[in-house]
Amino acid sequence: MSETIDPGLRNNVLFTTMDKLFSWARQGSPWPITFGLACCAIEMMATGASRFDLDRLGMFFRPSPRQSDIMIVSGTVTIKMAPLLRRLYNQMPEPKYVISMGSCSNSGGPYWQYGYHVLKGVDQIVPVDVYVPGCPPRPEALIDGILQLKEKIKNERIFSKKG
Amino acid sequence: MEAKEIYQRLKDAFQDDILEFNAEVLQPFIKISPDKTEEIAQFLRDEDDLEFDYLMCLSGLDLGENLGVVYHLYSMKFNHKIVLKTEVSKEQPNVNSVADIWRTADWHEREAYDLLGINFVNHPDLRRILLPDDWEGHPLRKDYQPPKSWHGIPVTLANEEEQDGANE
Repeated sequence: MSETIDPGLRNNVLFTTMDKLFSWARQGSPWPITFGLACCAIEMMATGASRFDLDRLGMFFRPSPRQSDIMIVSGTVTIKMAPLLRRLYNQMPEPKYVISMGSCSNSGGPYWQYGYHVLKGVDQIVPVDVYVPGCPPRPEALIDGILQLKEKIKNERIFSKKG
Repeated sequence: MEAKEIYQRLKDAFQDDILEFNAEVLQPFIKISPDKTEEIAQFLRDEDDLEFDYLMCLSGLDLGENLGVVYHLYSMKFNHKIVLKTEVSKEQPNVNSVADIWRTADWHEREAYDLLGINFVNHPDLRRILLPDDWEGHPLRKDYQPPKSWHGIPVTLANEEEQDGANE
């Protein structure tokens, strides 16, 4: 058999599963939506800018939810903002992921008990994949959250899903 | 002009509508009746020797029994300041608007209406400014209780009351 195969292919063919191939492609360029809410957004912008440089992780901020894979909820989600956040999430195409950045969007933060105007955690209205703690988290912490999410995407089973 | 002279000018012009003067505090204030705020503001702005052309701040307060409005005024020309205060009952929180005299007051009065429910009579556009239009109640009132949910979105924690008790 081996004589019939072009010897040049030996170094150029590799075998993998569709699951791994697609997951690898997905984690390679998760584009986040340009969506900042409060002071965490400043840290998110810093993460995107040249010093921390999200481009090297294959990430570009997209100005439309239709072109986005990730929503980084960066900041205080007020109750007035909550329906709009949910609408943006609904407008994103599958597969979509949510990073909750900072104490406010994790749990309500300083408004947790007596804030009448703040959602007690963004996970009350959208499913969250990664929580990044901090108030606000430093860019390194956000990058760590993104890497965690990439790891999660990489291990997803797209075709061989059970059930 | 000193605060005492400003008070004298107002007292001469408006007599019974000037309720109280206190110069003992850091920022001397004059207490006025809530249904004459517009006339008094007009007077303070337009008189040649007063000329309060700048409303630095307009704030609303919950004083327990009553609601209050505080005006911090400044004159660019004469470099003098005065504080006006007024009080209304919670049952009839009507204060005359000064939005036509100082445009600054427009949004400030909307905020005081939004958060404390003070009704500014003759305001050009008295809507909520911060909270959603269909929100119920005025959150900065001391007796305010937030709703359980708003359009299906939970506003308060379900077990908040028990936690409140545990903290006390």
